[in-house]
Amino acid sequence: MSDTTTRPADVEQFDAEAVNAAWARKPLYEARKKIFPKRAQGRFRNFKWIVMILTLGIYYLTPWLRWDRGPYAPDQAVLVDIANRRFYFFFIEIWPQEFFFVAGLLVMAGFGLFLVTSAVGRAWCGYTCPQTVWVDLFLVVERAIEGDRNQRIKLDNAAWSVGKLFKRASKHAIWLLIAVATGGAWIFYFADAPTLLMQVLTGAAAPVAYITIAVLTVTTYSLGGLMREQVCTYMCPWPRIQAAMLDEKSLVVTYNDWRGEPRSRHAKKAKAEGKVVGDCVDCNACVVVCPMGIDIRDGQQLECITCALCIDACDNVMDKLGRERGLISYATLSDYENNMAVATNGGTTDIDPTQVRNADGGFSDRVTHFNWRIIFRFRTLLYLGVWALVGLALLYALLARDRLEVNVLHDRNPQFVTLSDGDIRNGYTVKLLNMIPEPRVIFLSLDGLPGATMRINDIDQPEGTSFAIPVEPDRLRTLKVYVRQPLGEVTGDRQSFHFIAEDKASGEYDRYNAVFNAPEQRR
Amino acid sequence: MMSEKHIDEISGVETTGHEWDGITELNNPLPRWWLYFFYATIVWAIGYTILYPAWPLINSATTGILGYSSRASVADEMAKAEKIQEVYDKRIEEESLENILADQELRQFAVAGGSAAFKINCVQCHGSGAQGAPGYPNLNDDSWIWGGDINQIYQTVAHGVRFDGDDDTHFSEMPAFGDILDSQQIREVSAYVVSLTGEPSNPDLVEPGKQVYLDNCAACHGENAQGDIEQGAPNLADQIWLYAGTEADIAKQIGKPQHGVMPAWLGRLGESTAKQLAVFVHSLGGGQ
Ligand code: SF4
Ligand code: SF4
Repeated sequence: MSDTTTRPADVEQFDAEAVNAAWARKPLYEARKKIFPKRAQGRFRNFKWIVMILTLGIYYLTPWLRWDRGPYAPDQAVLVDIANRRFYFFFIEIWPQEFFFVAGLLVMAGFGLFLVTSAVGRAWCGYTCPQTVWVDLFLVVERAIEGDRNQRIKLDNAAWSVGKLFKRASKHAIWLLIAVATGGAWIFYFADAPTLLMQVLTGAAAPVAYITIAVLTVTTYSLGGLMREQVCTYMCPWPRIQAAMLDEKSLVVTYNDWRGEPRSRHAKKAKAEGKVVGDCVDCNACVVVCPMGIDIRDGQQLECITCALCIDACDNVMDKLGRERGLISYATLSDYENNMAVATNGGTTDIDPTQVRNADGGFSDRVTHFNWRIIFRFRTLLYLGVWALVGLALLYALLARDRLEVNVLHDRNPQFVTLSDGDIRNGYTVKLLNMIPEPRVIFLSLDGLPGATMRINDIDQPEGTSFAIPVEPDRLRTLKVYVRQPLGEVTGDRQSFHFIAEDKASGEYDRYNAVFNAPEQRR
Repeated sequence: MMSEKHIDEISGVETTGHEWDGITELNNPLPRWWLYFFYATIVWAIGYTILYPAWPLINSATTGILGYSSRASVADEMAKAEKIQEVYDKRIEEESLENILADQELRQFAVAGGSAAFKINCVQCHGSGAQGAPGYPNLNDDSWIWGGDINQIYQTVAHGVRFDGDDDTHFSEMPAFGDILDSQQIREVSAYVVSLTGEPSNPDLVEPGKQVYLDNCAACHGENAQGDIEQGAPNLADQIWLYAGTEADIAKQIGKPQHGVMPAWLGRLGESTAKQLAVFVHSLGGGQ
């Protein structure tokens, strides 16, 4: 159908239908129409390949990274050790009570997402979302086995044959393998990866490992292979939320109809007839590459994940036509509206692309192009500020946090005990936390309780004022401590004092404000 | 009679025929995935009621072909826990109390088990914090009528005090001095006993009271009133009183003593639990 007389022979004309086009939105209960995205080539596609390799690489390889923590802690760089309630991340080790670090990271992830979205639209969706990355991966497999768009359509329409069966079976088999590998990689974050791999292969792993692999296999296979764009369009909340994140200064993938319309498949002929034509030759290249099955020329649509593949497709067409790239481009709504106003004389006429061009064919000065400064506006700076603030707070908390802690629980019943010589004794449950993967001797002493001495169950040392307590690496030690104060030294029925825990080797120190109870009416 | 169909003009979809202020409700079908899930839940529910107890009958309910019951599953878990405990119970029965104290694992098990047994069997008299009450000794302090080392504590727990049904029970009975001394002597000796603890008391009574004490009480409570564990005679010179420490209370106890009874627990709870109780009481801070 390409018209060799009106445009270069290599601008292919696609007979394509945007199955999810805005003007033809299907009722929800209608069966899904298949989409056969054509392979795109260009800057954005290359960038997406890199992102895909990076993200998949991080996901699959991270559990296999090693990090030496000495003999008392696992050497896996990233490990969520649920059984021992520890989370290891390279040089950071988090105990459950420090979970706020994870909460803080999630807050940062949220603000990061807001920041990115208000600046460059749904970049998360288009480039790094696991759904996008895995669908891309599944499409690579599909193309390798069934061919590109046209062959796939043909195969889909063909009657069942051995060949078709073989192709379909091998495609689904490889998809399933990828899905198993996806679920398989996930579990390695929760146990020593090499050990667990052997266990999984020999059938010795815990049932939960197999269940996790099975569940993630099913979700990966069905979300990435079978449901694809429907996940984004129907299931994911983010497309709905992003509407609140975008403003007229956010970059979104835009069809610049102010230079593209009126579109014409026979531009030269139309021009010869004196008609005004835009840059769009209506080749549908942008439609066939779209993984979401939409036509970007219908304007911004909820379905568009801004994968920018249509930009690549159209840029190639523009190159062949000798036109400027960017008929489809990342553009802001304000630029777009300005240029539309130019092309339509402020909305009074239909689009007249000659308005946006000078006599020599270049763009007129009245056309605005993207200016990167617009990224730095109050809103994005605010997001950046909050993001950085949370980050700095976390960093500070990380650097300042204690690796030695003492927690104290006063006995509730009895509150105090009177001893035979009249001395008063209080009981405490003292917890010493050694939060480094080294065994330590922690010195426990009292401060601020005159004449007081203590005795500790299970520690073979006579009544005294300071105890040397060995604590295992990366462990908590619970002690029953009895503090005794001579009757003559008791100054009130509620005396405040400190338990002090100290590592004399490193100088680390922590204290806990505790209360010593005595009967009322004592002298 | 079928009512006529209302079709919404704009969407071409049938409406429910309900109308509020001119707004009608479209009768869109449910999404199919939703519908299938709905059907699946129905199938699931039917399967569930066949497999598990579900349908109420007049006196009971269907039991389900899997025969599941929450009571049985609790019993199952209890049996499993008991099986794990059995190993420790056996070791505790075999080991001496000193060895149990020396073995960290056994000691921890015994303290935990003893604490649980204490809550069921002992709190009624000794209180939930083992802090005692008048007539019921405080087990946290360092004053022991029948001795505070681990074996003595075990002896008391196992065989009780003045308990009829046990031949090895501790037995002692302070005479009722109301029949032996006159009331002036009782007042004097009470004043003397109070003075032993450092409390202020009438010196006119204390002086003759000392002689009364040496003549009548020192035989059991000792010359210095430090008590005698062998006879279960409490230390009278310390700050701890089983009944109460005022002069009047002491006089009452001298005149007509009360005698508490503690049951023997060995026969009721078995050796392992009795030993665990002893270890627990020993750990409360007063154990010697
Ligand atoms: S926008 Fe570009 S790719 Fe799409 S039909 Fe027009 S010329 Fe072709
Ligand atoms: S319209 Fe373009 S950017 Fe949007 S999803 Fe389709 S190909 Fe990607």
